[in-house]
Amino acid sequence: MTVLRARDLGRKYRRRWALTGCDLDLPAGHVTGLVGPNGAGKSTLLGLAAGMVEPSSGTIEVCGDVPGSGPAQLAKVGFVAQHTPVYANLTVAEHLRLGAHLNPGWDDGLARDRIARIGLDPALPAGKLSGGQRAQLALTLGIAKRPELLLLDEPVASLDPVARREFLRDLMESVAEHGLSVVMSSHLIGDLERVCDHLVVLVDARVRITGEVEHLLATHRRLTGPRRDVGTLPADQHVVSVSHTDRQTSVLVRTEAPVLDPAWDVGEVDLEDLLLAYMSNPGTGRPPLEVVR
Amino acid sequence: MIEFHLDGKSGLSPYQQLVRQVRHALRLGLLREGDQLPKVKDVVADLAINPNTVLKAYRELEHDGLVAARPGVGTFVTGTLSGTSLAALAPLRQDLRRWLAKARRAGLDEESVEALFLTTFRSASREDIA
Amino acid sequence: MTWLTWRQLRFPLVSVYAALAVVTALLAGTRLVGGGDPGDGEFWYSAGLFAVNGLPVLLGVFWGVPMITRELEAGTHNLVWNQSVTRTRWLAVKLGIGVPAAALTAGLLSLVVTWWADPIDTSPVPERVRNFGRLMTPVVFAARGIAPVGYAAFAFVLGIAVAILLRRTVTAMAVTLVVYVAVQLAVPLAVRPHVLPPVGDTVAITAANIAGIQAEEGSGGDVPEALTVRGPAGAWVLTNETVDANGAVVRPLPAVVGGCLPPPVENAHDVDLAQIRACFARLSDHGYRQHLTYQPASRFWPLQWVELALFGVLSALVTWFCFVRLRRLS
Repeated sequence: MTVLRARDLGRKYRRRWALTGCDLDLPAGHVTGLVGPNGAGKSTLLGLAAGMVEPSSGTIEVCGDVPGSGPAQLAKVGFVAQHTPVYANLTVAEHLRLGAHLNPGWDDGLARDRIARIGLDPALPAGKLSGGQRAQLALTLGIAKRPELLLLDEPVASLDPVARREFLRDLMESVAEHGLSVVMSSHLIGDLERVCDHLVVLVDARVRITGEVEHLLATHRRLTGPRRDVGTLPADQHVVSVSHTDRQTSVLVRTEAPVLDPAWDVGEVDLEDLLLAYMSNPGTGRPPLEVVR
Repeated sequence: MIEFHLDGKSGLSPYQQLVRQVRHALRLGLLREGDQLPKVKDVVADLAINPNTVLKAYRELEHDGLVAARPGVGTFVTGTLSGTSLAALAPLRQDLRRWLAKARRAGLDEESVEALFLTTFRSASREDIA
Repeated sequence: MTWLTWRQLRFPLVSVYAALAVVTALLAGTRLVGGGDPGDGEFWYSAGLFAVNGLPVLLGVFWGVPMITRELEAGTHNLVWNQSVTRTRWLAVKLGIGVPAAALTAGLLSLVVTWWADPIDTSPVPERVRNFGRLMTPVVFAARGIAPVGYAAFAFVLGIAVAILLRRTVTAMAVTLVVYVAVQLAVPLAVRPHVLPPVGDTVAITAANIAGIQAEEGSGGDVPEALTVRGPAGAWVLTNETVDANGAVVRPLPAVVGGCLPPPVENAHDVDLAQIRACFARLSDHGYRQHLTYQPASRFWPLQWVELALFGVLSALVTWFCFVRLRRLS
């Protein structure tokens, strides 16, 4: 089942395309990591999925309907924006009250439980909270709403390591217990590795690569060997990144088949290598395959 | 019952680490037939890890015939990796020791030994595939 | 949603109503009933005019604008629009609470001030009215009766619309103020005089009814340019022109009255006004008459209703615009 489907989705701000030609099918019940350099279009994609931003081209469908199209649709999708906004003059308890008033599926037990566990004083105005506490409050609202899909824009950026781990644990428990789907953007590869089973890599307003993490790791190899022209590689080995020294060539390739050429020393790649290779080699807007041929 | 842990520097994905830790425990006799693996929910709570990753690891172990899932109860160990292989281990280890001593005498340091072993190991397994 | 909107508006609401109570108490203590020197009431009279004229735009600027911009500036629209409530409903509730609150506030203040000023507004003694405007004068008209209700509703939705367009509190406040003042100047100048066809009347120019003479400096002393006559009691006079026997407007005045103005004197008390008026009254001997168009005092209430309806329609248009633009807000 698909929780988010985009076809040729694009969004233009004045003259610049923040996102363009985006085709995605994200599966339900999974945690998708949204990765890319700053300004690659991550927030725009999340905003489009939440219905906060209207598409300039193409279509997007979330939980089977147009984002933001009505109260029923809004109830299905949770969104915690970057910088985790909260009402400065409302207390923590009033925020929970707000959540309870505005959401039919509100899980008050969960919300109170989380607030107590984090150690937030319910009587404190949200304006007096630290950045991390504010994020925890906004995230609590997002989780306790009990959406089918939770969209998180750099949710853990302002949390300390302990709070971050706790939050991810709560999030993963919701995934396990309620089949929640999550799409989250983050720069923290360690977190992504731990919690994401799908990835979308955005570079220069385009989707560079998307897929299941294990499948991506299994189909990418680092080849090192004597210096040579990568143009001579077999057609099924798509070059992602390449670097030469005067004697040696190191290539990161995507291939479904095993690499048989004995001249190469074949190594596995970890998620960080993979992401860095894609993010630092934006290509030319075409799949890497065509770049090589 | 065993407890999982994740090593961020291992170079292995969380899923691979879980599979490896179960296999390791089976090999060392820490897990025996009939033992229960930690519940997915508990692993998720302990490690803040994606439940799909845990499920995938358990499925792979099941596919290998090492564990079996009983719906609503949990996942239990059904196979074993120790036994015959444990007995065969000792002479192999002795051979390897001898080879290592030889390598040292030939002037190889630890890193060279490791590099030599890994490249030979890899090319050998590739020849097997081919 | 209602709770949240109420929670956000309760402080400004309570403070404004407290101020309203204080104003009512002050005015109740200073109302002129029966006799008394009208001069005593002048300060409160002006204060009342000022307050009722100013209140609607203040509500638009300090209630309407921040209701939207504070959410946009703090990013909390991202929070509230992602609960299970559409942004249309979010705005509808804000308007549903804000517009009646603003209209009621302005209505109450207008009611209090209208009641307070009633002895002055309805005084039949012309001298007593001298220091004060007449009911139909634009500045007084806008501070009496039910028109302020319409003004407040309009100012409030205007504040919301400008806030949605500009997103910044201070800029939106300034623009709201400017637009509101422009509308409040345009309506009495260009709309209100014509919504009901004005009454036309041609009267004889007599020494008794000349109210003012306008002159321009010429080479041989002042040259009379135009004159005005007194209109009907309490009417809002729109035009006041001298016409010849054929009904054509004459300006400057004909040569018959060229010598009526005395040479400049040092002491204004030395000028004999009666003599000058009599001199100008000679115009009627030559067939000149004065043409007036005006809205009579009896039209005060009809015009108030028209004004309320007009601002109601304006508010509805602006509200529609708000909902259209809201979809494009992000």
